[in-house]
Amino acid sequence: MKKEEIIKIHTHNLSLFYGDKQALKDISMTMNANKVTAFIGPSGCGKSTFIRSINRMNDLIEGVRITGEVKIEDVNIYAPEVSVANLRKRVGMVFQKSNPFPKSIYENVAYGPRINGITDKAQLDDIVERSLKGAALWNESKDRLTASALSLSGGQQQRLCIARAIAVNPDILLMDEPCSALDPISTSKVEELILELKENYTIVIVTHSMQQAARVSDYTAFFYVGELIEFGSTRDIFTNPKKKQTEDYITGRFG
Amino acid sequence: MAKNTTIFHGERGSILGFFATGLPLLAVIIVLLFVVVIIGNFIVTGSGHISWEFLTDSPRNMNTEGGIFPAIYGTALLVLIMTLAAVPVGTITALYLTEYAKRTSIFARVIRFAVNTLAGVPSIVFGLFGLGFFIQTVGSQIDTVRYGQKMDDLRTVLAASSSPISAGKQATINDIKIFLENNEFDWSEQIRELDVYPEGTVSAVSSNQLVEYLSEKKELKWGKPSLIWAALTLALLTLPVVIVSVEEALRTVPREIREASLALGATRWETIWRIVLPNCVPGILTGSILAVSRGAGEVAPILFTGAVYSLQELPSAASDQFMHLGYHLYILATQSPDVDATQPLQYATTLVLLGLTLALNLTAIMLRSRLRKRKLV
Repeated sequence: MKKEEIIKIHTHNLSLFYGDKQALKDISMTMNANKVTAFIGPSGCGKSTFIRSINRMNDLIEGVRITGEVKIEDVNIYAPEVSVANLRKRVGMVFQKSNPFPKSIYENVAYGPRINGITDKAQLDDIVERSLKGAALWNESKDRLTASALSLSGGQQQRLCIARAIAVNPDILLMDEPCSALDPISTSKVEELILELKENYTIVIVTHSMQQAARVSDYTAFFYVGELIEFGSTRDIFTNPKKKQTEDYITGRFG
Repeated sequence: MAKNTTIFHGERGSILGFFATGLPLLAVIIVLLFVVVIIGNFIVTGSGHISWEFLTDSPRNMNTEGGIFPAIYGTALLVLIMTLAAVPVGTITALYLTEYAKRTSIFARVIRFAVNTLAGVPSIVFGLFGLGFFIQTVGSQIDTVRYGQKMDDLRTVLAASSSPISAGKQATINDIKIFLENNEFDWSEQIRELDVYPEGTVSAVSSNQLVEYLSEKKELKWGKPSLIWAALTLALLTLPVVIVSVEEALRTVPREIREASLALGATRWETIWRIVLPNCVPGILTGSILAVSRGAGEVAPILFTGAVYSLQELPSAASDQFMHLGYHLYILATQSPDVDATQPLQYATTLVLLGLTLALNLTAIMLRSRLRKRKLV
């Protein structure tokens, strides 16, 4: 590696249970700052559950129990003194299905800053413009900021959700299959965006598309039935997998 | 085969066909017929008597002449206060049940059971409950405390050096009256009681005797039927309707947009306040519409809790009594010295009651549909 990389997220023996069912088994791995880490694996392998434990979205589900640690910059985010709301302000999330609020484009982006107590119109205007530019949506939306977010196309809605997430100025962006509902053109736009965003953010992405993982990520983790099977640089995983299960999956023999 | 097709497709003329399509149609026609006949009857018979005077005047001559304005005013005020009480409480309850309570929570289950039970209680029972709880318990408790306070004030006033009965002195009722009339406090209520003091105005009384006498003459302000108690009783009756419709509305807010808000670092309450509730306004309005429709026509709950058959003045305070269209109708039809003479008044009153309910409903429906349209751009 040319430049020294900083570990941003570190999980240690993370296990997660839905009631009696164990969905994640002793996962220990690291995600580096300003890199894209991709999670791949067949449906139900726990990759979405894992990404949602990084911003504690799993807390919302009744009957979830977690053991082990998730550390962001050496702070265990499951420690009792951690404020979940503040954590989520630092760890943004983009969901599988684009989920803009039924409000205007402007209000969608301004929502996060507003709950952070920013009320100054000029400041909000500035954040909205920067965020929309950051999500490569500014040119398409600058003349219709007051239009409903639901009037945008699917791909635009997903980029709006990215703009909304970066408007609160997080360090980390979690993306849970952000392109699974998008057409190829919108997908390539979002992928380009991911490559631009990693300049400023640590990105973790769950994807079903091996090609996408290969195109956008620096590191890839392969999950299978709740276990982390293999983790390494994307190049190694795709060209020289060490485990047979990984090889079988990326060559399309199962999954 | 041919027979089977006939049975399954219910061709016109076959018996099954009649049951499948003819009977429901007949049922619909019967229902519509009743609605048309009932409303038509009131419009035809009642509209002749509706005039500006009828709508704006007070009843005269033992309710056989004049208008019904106090009843319109009372009904509108009652429904308004009821809505102001039932909608916030119902909304908060629904919020607790759907947003905060865990699915396994026993407390939430008890509330749900209570709400369902409440919905099935006959309305006259609500009336009796309102009388027993609001008036005889809450209201009279307030009066006791209030009057006790007033008696304490009286003791202080009577002990002042300017008082004719300070420091164990005695004075005639007349002297005391004059003293109280010139006092800066308002003792008019007590002075009225002194006018009927059993020993007359000559005998001298001490401060203790006077306070003891007046303490027994507790005035009823809240411990009697009044607008506020009737409205609260009615709010109890309509609460289940509000809770159920707000709960429905809350459930229609997609999980995805709640998650989006939480993932941005909003707390649960911020999410509810800024995302969930604005999306529920049409549902809350639906709840209010149903509550108003239910509440405006109910007479039984207000029978013991605040409605009167005639009024000198329009109600101006929460503790005042009021006239009500439904109750007025009942009075006209059963308690009037000349029922035949009041018949046109009865029809017209009914028409006004129907019109009022309908107008309230229409306003809320239009508001709701406008909000819905604006939401789905």
